[in-house]
Amino acid sequence: MKTLRLLLGLCLALSACSCSTVKPWQRGHLADYIMRTARDPLTDSISEHVWFTRESFAGGRGVGGGGCGCN
Amino acid sequence: MNRRHFLLQSAALLAAGSATPLLAAPAWKENSSLPDLSTFGLEGTLPKLKGKVVYLDFWASWCAPCKASFPVINGWHQKLAKRGFLVLGVNVDETDAAMQAFLKKTPVAFPVVRDAAQKLVAAANVSTMPTSFIIDKEGVIRKVHTGFRDKDADELLAKINALLG
Repeated sequence: MKTLRLLLGLCLALSACSCSTVKPWQRGHLADYIMRTARDPLTDSISEHVWFTRESFAGGRGVGGGGCGCN
Repeated sequence: MNRRHFLLQSAALLAAGSATPLLAAPAWKENSSLPDLSTFGLEGTLPKLKGKVVYLDFWASWCAPCKASFPVINGWHQKLAKRGFLVLGVNVDETDAAMQAFLKKTPVAFPVVRDAAQKLVAAANVSTMPTSFIIDKEGVIRKVHTGFRDKDADELLAKINALLG
């Protein structure tokens, strides 16, 4: 029981460390091209078309742009 | 360690973690004075700002709206320089090479300094990239503008013209 509590406490302590925010001016790496989930607009539109014809709905693939959070 | 202690300790840890963002410096506000930029260790030559209307722009090479804004603000800088207007670009890129590569592709006439340590941008605590500050001849921030879209240009130019008198 004591070990379990200690472990739980450790997990909580570690989760507290993870509460950090990326400032708008630190988003260089997030805005990088390599961070995009879809890097080829043509492939993306073809998959979107297939998705629509098979599932009869479209969208829901996230927002456009990189992770720079600009504008 | 009894149960109460354990719960209290956990709550304190979680609170400490989630409070971190609250410890950031307050953002620069309209009608407050611009601090002395020479104390922030900026790379590059700072122009003389006294007695001029200044458009202070925080930008980065990875920020698409910054790129879109450059031809517009560069045009203002060239057109209104005679009337005592100046654009000052503050780059917040991690490397000098990234900034230089961007400036090679998008050359500008206005002075650019680099906030290598990101001290100035942290002091300004901008909420988005780009963020620009229009500063009057007395060194008071008169407008804070976040982001950049083409339709914003007219409003910003009107504000600059009003301050130039």
